Amino acid sequence: MNRRTAVAVRRGLALFLLALLGQVVALVALVGILLTFLFGMIFLFPPAVRLARAMAGLNRRVVREWCGVDVEEPYLPAPPPPVPQRDGWYREGRSLYKTPRIPAFNQRLSWLMKDSATWHDLAFLVPGMWAGGLIAGAPLLLVVLGVAQLVGGTALGLVWVALAVASAPWYAPWALRSYGQIARALLGPTEKARLARRVSTLARARTEVVDSQAAELRRIERDLHDGAQARLVAVGMTIGAAEQLMESDPAAAKALLAKARDASSDALQEIRRLVRGIHPPVLAERGLGDAVRAMALDSPLRTHVTVDLAARPDPPLESAAYFAVSELLTNAVRHGGATEAWIDLSHQGTALRIMVSDDGQGGADPSRGTGLQGIERRIAAFDGVLALSSPAGGPTTVTIELPRAFEVRLPPIPKWRAITMALCWALCWIPLIPQGFVTMGFKLAGASEKAWFLALYLPEPWQWPVIVGMIALGATMLTVASVLTAQHREEGASCE
Amino acid sequence: MRVVLAEDLHLLREGLVHLLRAHGCEVVAAVESGPELLDALVRERPDVAVVDVRLPPTFTDEGLQASLAARRRIPGLPILVLSQHVEQLYARELLADGTGGIGYLLKDRVFNGEQFIDAVRRVAAGGTAMDPEVIAKLLVSNARNEPVGRLTPREREVLELMAEGRSNTAIGQRLYLSDSAVGKHTASIFAKLGLAPSDDDNRRVLAVLAFLNGR
Repeated sequence: MNRRTAVAVRRGLALFLLALLGQVVALVALVGILLTFLFGMIFLFPPAVRLARAMAGLNRRVVREWCGVDVEEPYLPAPPPPVPQRDGWYREGRSLYKTPRIPAFNQRLSWLMKDSATWHDLAFLVPGMWAGGLIAGAPLLLVVLGVAQLVGGTALGLVWVALAVASAPWYAPWALRSYGQIARALLGPTEKARLARRVSTLARARTEVVDSQAAELRRIERDLHDGAQARLVAVGMTIGAAEQLMESDPAAAKALLAKARDASSDALQEIRRLVRGIHPPVLAERGLGDAVRAMALDSPLRTHVTVDLAARPDPPLESAAYFAVSELLTNAVRHGGATEAWIDLSHQGTALRIMVSDDGQGGADPSRGTGLQGIERRIAAFDGVLALSSPAGGPTTVTIELPRAFEVRLPPIPKWRAITMALCWALCWIPLIPQGFVTMGFKLAGASEKAWFLALYLPEPWQWPVIVGMIALGATMLTVASVLTAQHREEGASCE
Repeated sequence: MRVVLAEDLHLLREGLVHLLRAHGCEVVAAVESGPELLDALVRERPDVAVVDVRLPPTFTDEGLQASLAARRRIPGLPILVLSQHVEQLYARELLADGTGGIGYLLKDRVFNGEQFIDAVRRVAAGGTAMDPEVIAKLLVSNARNEPVGRLTPREREVLELMAEGRSNTAIGQRLYLSDSAVGKHTASIFAKLGLAPSDDDNRRVLAVLAFLNGR
């Protein structure tokens, strides 16, 4: 028995014990839930569910560690705590409460009850764990049975023990995988929970984006108001003064005009700086690759840029990517004490990957600086993620991935395939059910009614082959339709 | 001096035409889009072209692309590029062929008519006219460059003005130095940067720019 098998066997045994423990926990939880519904002892419901969730959580962790099956948490997001009205009371429906205790409890209760994951957990703890536990514990049970028989004097027991030991190398890993599959089916999120979570993530990202954009606009307004606008007012006033002095003191007027020219130049300078912060001109003119190259040239660091982009991403995403790189480069100069930096822009399928590394001292901490958090917020609007590796002593590497940065062009379904799919889906039931199974039923029952069942009108020796042929035809059409559909979906998924 | 002008804003175009004519230039074509510009450059073969970077129809770097295309067909065609912003990246692209006759200035520089016309003349004569802002950026990115760090403050000033494309005489006037003093400074700069000395103003400027760009 090699090491892998030994580990698998040990883990199988542990899963079996875990299943036994699960039965006990499930029993306690079920009693709590039964008491809730039979006797209205609703205060027992939340702890019972919490117990079940703890057990389910343990199973998820174990399955991830041992079976290599990743099971996401399926629960709906917890309700926000109740907010008092202006008069300090808490309203819930048509009732008012002095303290938030009862409304909070009610909210929790309905959150727990309405979440289908609560019931899926119980379904896993009782029947699911039975099945999984039996699969995982079968070798142990076999050995116990064999030993018991041997002790009882039956030589057959030896066969069971030998079978358990001989089958271990392939059975133990398979049992682990099966346990993982069962856990994933029952403990994973349902489509509804997944969507609900996605909606709440999107809502949060949207709020952050709207907030930060509003702040940005306020900043621009302030800059324009205090900067360029004020300078232009000064230019106008200076020109006015020059106009008045033109006749009486041409030399002074000339000096004033020169001043006005300088002031207008300053105003332009300000506007130029502002424009760079809003949308850098190079980005508009040349796209992300050249804009980053231009940024690298302006940077005091020795910066190496490699760009491998097939097309230009959408302008908003391009801009977010540009400012992310700009912020990272600034960070490298300001905090990292770097002298050299590497920027790599590439596309991974339809995703845009940005890698910025430097040779600074490292030790960057996203929780301390606002820079990295700002980038995360900015790219969150595009479902972007940021990964940071910055051990003390360096080097620092930040990787940003923006999914769906480049247009997804689903390959059009070839016409023949679309027609075949449609025909198969639409017509497969005819040979399969009325002309196949129903006709078979009539034939077996020996009914005299022929209705529109084709096979029954044929001469006797032809009837059975035609019925079987019809069923085979229907099944084939169904298979062809499913396979083509699955293929199409897969192609779509690989494009994403 | 025959000039082709490309600028899409009507007011600015008229202003530039007026300014150029007032200084004795003949504006042979004043166009407002990239394709028209390329056409005019190839047809008229002007002594110098004054070109805005951003032009219709794409409103990207149409003017720059048309200029580079024209210079590929007519090597050394003098072009002065105007822009609302200056980028080292564009400066490099313009200087890449190393033949000179290139200007790259911020649009604000037309405020000072004399200096602007001086830059136009310099470019027409095959020299260069780089915006002080481009040179400042170049020097910032060369800050860690060892030889540049060894220059004295005065030599740095001379280097900046030289990189902008000014002649020894112009540098002397600007810094209140005699021609021979400027000459001494430039010789010292060339020695410190390890460049081969040259008497030709234009070639000297190009060597300095190539050095600063060659990171």
